[in-house]
Amino acid sequence: MSESQIHASAIAERPEGWNRPALIQPSGDGELLEVAMGPHHPSTHGVFRMDVALDGERVIRLKPVFGYLHRNHEKIAEGVSYLASMPYTDRLDYICPITNNWAYALAVEKLTGQEVPERAEYLRVILGELTRFQNHASSIGFLIQEMGASGTPLMYAFREREKILDLFEKLTGARMMVNYMRFGGCRVDASPAWLDATRKVVAGLPEFVDEFDNLLSSNEILMARTQGVGVLKADLAVNAGVTGPMLRASGINYDIRKVDGYGIYNRFNFRVPLGDHGDVYDRFMIRLLEMRESITILEQALKDIPGGPIMDPKAKLRGFRPKPGEAYGRIEAPKGELGFYLISDGGPNPYRYRIRPPSLINLTVLEDMCLGHDVADVVLIFGSVDIVLGEVDR
Amino acid sequence: MKTVEEIKAAIEAAVPGARVGIVQNPSVSGQHSLRLAPECAVAVAQFLRDDAELALDYLSNVTGIDWPDKEITEKVKVAHRVIETVDGVEKTVDETIEETRKRLEPGCLEAVYHLYSVAKEHGPVILRMRTIDRADEVELPSLTPIWRSAEFQEREIFDLYGIVFTGHPDLRRLLMWDGFKDHPMRRDYREPDDFDYEPTAHDEVLRRVKEHQMASVQQEAGAGQ
Repeated sequence: MSESQIHASAIAERPEGWNRPALIQPSGDGELLEVAMGPHHPSTHGVFRMDVALDGERVIRLKPVFGYLHRNHEKIAEGVSYLASMPYTDRLDYICPITNNWAYALAVEKLTGQEVPERAEYLRVILGELTRFQNHASSIGFLIQEMGASGTPLMYAFREREKILDLFEKLTGARMMVNYMRFGGCRVDASPAWLDATRKVVAGLPEFVDEFDNLLSSNEILMARTQGVGVLKADLAVNAGVTGPMLRASGINYDIRKVDGYGIYNRFNFRVPLGDHGDVYDRFMIRLLEMRESITILEQALKDIPGGPIMDPKAKLRGFRPKPGEAYGRIEAPKGELGFYLISDGGPNPYRYRIRPPSLINLTVLEDMCLGHDVADVVLIFGSVDIVLGEVDR
Repeated sequence: MKTVEEIKAAIEAAVPGARVGIVQNPSVSGQHSLRLAPECAVAVAQFLRDDAELALDYLSNVTGIDWPDKEITEKVKVAHRVIETVDGVEKTVDETIEETRKRLEPGCLEAVYHLYSVAKEHGPVILRMRTIDRADEVELPSLTPIWRSAEFQEREIFDLYGIVFTGHPDLRRLLMWDGFKDHPMRRDYREPDDFDYEPTAHDEVLRRVKEHQMASVQQEAGAGQ
């Protein structure tokens, strides 16, 4: 147990367990080719390795290898105050810093019982949905890029993402490392001019989604490459803790915005798109449909946003010491359920600070989805999971 | 959604011999948890997943926690029997003296499981298990056979805390490399002082700068004469 081996032997002697796919026996003379995809491979979205055993082009085994970006975020957070971890959460899933802030703020608010003023809740929803929109747009762009459509779809997505990042910059001072939320509210208020600029950007988003839809959804190559590839069955998806668009693409209606109704999400009218097949195409389609729902939420929130304070007047930033106890808070981040589990011993630092990373846990089923497919499909299946290595390795 | 007391009663009715305790959470979140005895954990987990009413089919989060040995200082009143001589007669007198005593509360490692139900849309139900100590008896039963989502998370805890999950199909380090020996998330972990010291050229460069300056000052002084 102590001296475990990762390389060839781990691939050859794959342990059996409950709820795992049956092994595919190699054909012919049984000679396998072992390929290390990564850690420096353009399709791995960072530094991540998959040890793949191939029988010709067919994937027989696949082992993900993590840890290249591990910096023990959780240990670092145990040594600093609660607030000092807030900017560090931006670096988890660096495509979606706002939702990381939100999950952490929500967990601390659960621990201390702080209230969030209405205007701050609206700002959180507006920024959160903008984040979801740009995450889905760029993840689709990357997926198509990995399929070989070099440039165009990704650039279309990044053109919109740029507009949204400009809004983030105007409001928070940073495009990506926003450090925007505080326990019991938000850091800075939005000016009427910013809200008008946001309304203008949001008014242009439906046109972009239509354009994207026309460009991609009925594309013959995309359909040929993605339909029936990387199928994830609904019961396995639930059992393996898969969340987010991936779970819903397998046909499970579970959106934490609806289930928990955290923040003020139960005030908005939106639908939860569901897939039938659980393949790569469904995951792509669910993200496209969720972008449309995000626009609906944004339109409602921008219409209804009230005036008022953006911080709980009782909130303390300095000398912040929650009473002993623990809390688990979770949100529907663009990639799935992002949760923070905090234990306080009454001190200024958290005794335990745990992140539930959706990117890592969604990869549990990576091997199951890839077995039996061609090695070129591994890149697509992996891309359709939509991960960010900053969150996988923490 | 049932309360923890009701869930405890349901477990005890369904799983014979299950030892379940309730851990109160003093914070306002009100998320109380159930402490399971490790030997019955798999049976209890199976019941929680398959029970029609609870249907906790989704394991969201697995956390490792380290509780190091704690030295507790407390004042204890101790009764002494002292023999005193009063007026030439020996008597035994009871005396109470306050003593400060130190005792060591043994530490342990803990694994916490947050369960939800996708079918019934309720949760969380929180399960906790503790190891016997932190050094040798660090085995806990793996719940990966019940919920596959524990696979990577239990590997992470094995890696960073050193809890050995028996029954895990593929227990290897997740984030640290294979040759790594320690468990970095433990509270008493110290980073190894193993960097190679390599002197930089600073001192040498500074010496040459000084020499150069001295030389030029002397040269100027010589030119002025």
